[in-house]
Amino acid sequence: MFARGLKRKCWDGDEDVEGAPAAPSYSLQRQSLLDMSLVKLQLCHTLVEPNLCRSVLIANTVRQIQEEMTQDGAWQLPAPPVAGRGPLDHLVSTEILCRAAWEQQGQRPAPDLPSELPGALGAPAPGSAQSCIWEADSSRGHRGSFPKSLDQIFETLESRAPSPVEGLFADAGGPYYDLDAVLTGMVGGKSGPGGGDGLQALAPAGAPPPSASCKRDLGELDHVVEILVET
Amino acid sequence: MEEDIDTRKINNSFLRDHSYATEADIISTVEFNHTGELLATGDKGGRVVIFQREQESKNQVHRRGEYNVYSTFQSHEPEFDYLKSLEIEEKINKIRWLPQQNAAYFLLSTNDKTVKLWKVSERDKRPEGYNLKDEEGRLRDPATITTLRVPVLRPMDLMVEATPRRVFANAHTYHINSISVNSDYETYMSADDLRINLWNFEITNQSFNIVDIKPANMEELTEVITAAEFHPHHCNTFVYSSSKGTIRLCDMRASALCDRHTKFFEEPEDPSNRSFFSEIISSISDVKFSHSGRYIMTRDYLTVKVWDLNMESRPIETYQVHDYLRSKLCSLYENDCIFDKFECVWNGSDSVIMTGSYNNFFRMFDRNTKRDVTLEASRENSKPRAILKPRKVCVGGKRRKDEISVDSLDFSKKILHTAWHPSENIIAVAATNNLYIFQDKVN
Repeated sequence: MFARGLKRKCWDGDEDVEGAPAAPSYSLQRQSLLDMSLVKLQLCHTLVEPNLCRSVLIANTVRQIQEEMTQDGAWQLPAPPVAGRGPLDHLVSTEILCRAAWEQQGQRPAPDLPSELPGALGAPAPGSAQSCIWEADSSRGHRGSFPKSLDQIFETLESRAPSPVEGLFADAGGPYYDLDAVLTGMVGGKSGPGGGDGLQALAPAGAPPPSASCKRDLGELDHVVEILVET
Repeated sequence: MEEDIDTRKINNSFLRDHSYATEADIISTVEFNHTGELLATGDKGGRVVIFQREQESKNQVHRRGEYNVYSTFQSHEPEFDYLKSLEIEEKINKIRWLPQQNAAYFLLSTNDKTVKLWKVSERDKRPEGYNLKDEEGRLRDPATITTLRVPVLRPMDLMVEATPRRVFANAHTYHINSISVNSDYETYMSADDLRINLWNFEITNQSFNIVDIKPANMEELTEVITAAEFHPHHCNTFVYSSSKGTIRLCDMRASALCDRHTKFFEEPEDPSNRSFFSEIISSISDVKFSHSGRYIMTRDYLTVKVWDLNMESRPIETYQVHDYLRSKLCSLYENDCIFDKFECVWNGSDSVIMTGSYNNFFRMFDRNTKRDVTLEASRENSKPRAILKPRKVCVGGKRRKDEISVDSLDFSKKILHTAWHPSENIIAVAATNNLYIFQDKVN
């Protein structure tokens, strides 16, 4: 999570951090907070419904950070931080969010997920490959995607949270259909650049997902990737 | 690498089966009844335990009545919602007593979805001498009965039984956080994250929705209801608090759906203290009317505030509970402690307020003298009948002998739930799975 040498704690006050600069820059702190918040929002895959109050508060925090970043003009991401590969794990996880957003907007297909995608989930990832991904993405810009991904998070929460009774049956079929669509896209080895092998084919670049599923990609993608990693 | 594996475990539903030995015993609510004779606790395992104060005997004047277990029952069971593939926890979120109207006691207990009305009654006599049954309850052959007798009631060992009298279900889409009995004793309200419903005690298949803040588009959701309570005397008035640090007072006479408040209480933000965590720490975790009905008290992450119902612009009093945490908010956000929901209580005369903190500390503030004290609820530090020693957290610089430094605080030991006897200086403090009862010393 943090580079070796950094205490495994968030910066706070005047803590002394060994083996790293005395105080991380404000924008690095802010980015780290944003990443932490997005990870927290994703950790909703328990059997019990997520706490709505907590989710709303975290989502509002993310919005605030985004607004400030927009005002600062810091939305175009700078060169990857030199702090080490730790923060990049966070960046990869947010990159997944951005990709899902782009699918919905019908933009150019996202680049291949590197074979280091599992790095977002468990294995360490070499720094250089990650930085390539990030810079490629930054050229696209995230300006439109974060708010979209935030809304998608809420859609995911909403689909997890109980819907009104009359909408229940309408929703019940949705997630299963999406799962099938994603898995079919993978098995069929559709036109993702680089072939449809393994996790790379999860990039539904070729397989146009059903429009309703785009909103649920966020939760389902995570879920599916977990299953794949565990098998 | 390890962190990610841990993440997977947390995502994995099996975490719930990694039970700490006493996880189900974690106390989740504490409440005295209206006379203070009974004290109810609810826990994470769905159980309710009621304590009763023993009668003071004339022989032992110096020995104040102690609380002993009176009744234990399973109020809620875990459920599974098959349609949504979600578990419904059996944890008791709140217990509220009804005023006593006959020999039996009544209380409301609720988990995330269902409210239940329980009747707790005593049985100390049993009928003997039935005609059609023998003493063991077996049916007699009617042909063998030659005489008739009248059954008589004979004393038996005291038995306390709890029976569910009403079940109020299927009215809440989101998680219930509050219940409040109305002063008319005929209705009560239940509040979840987005809606508040009004119930009649006699009717379980209907409730009236009186507040609904769910937006048409869930993507626009930015605020949730965190707590709600009826006014202690005016049965038409109630308040509810929000995650944005606001309190709304509503009058049910104004309209059927109280989406438009009568009063709106909000303190202007202090720009010098603004941070990314400002909103989170302003979220109100508890709201309580004073016994007089003149004031409301709110608890947010770092402070307790007292508001005068006649002044909406700002609270009349603000008390710092643990301001030394202000510089640690990022760590507390990371470990989720910043989302802890502390409750707050008034004493019987509304002169002292009490709330919990970390490290098993709890704080009391005297509104008149403006003095405050920090006490600790732990077995190691207090023997029975010993006087509690005030504690102090050292903020910086040199630490004195008995002080604790901020970094040594144990954030897993949090006191979220406390209760104060309605008329005497007796308090109940829930520290994880232990219940502490403290009384004023007798002179």
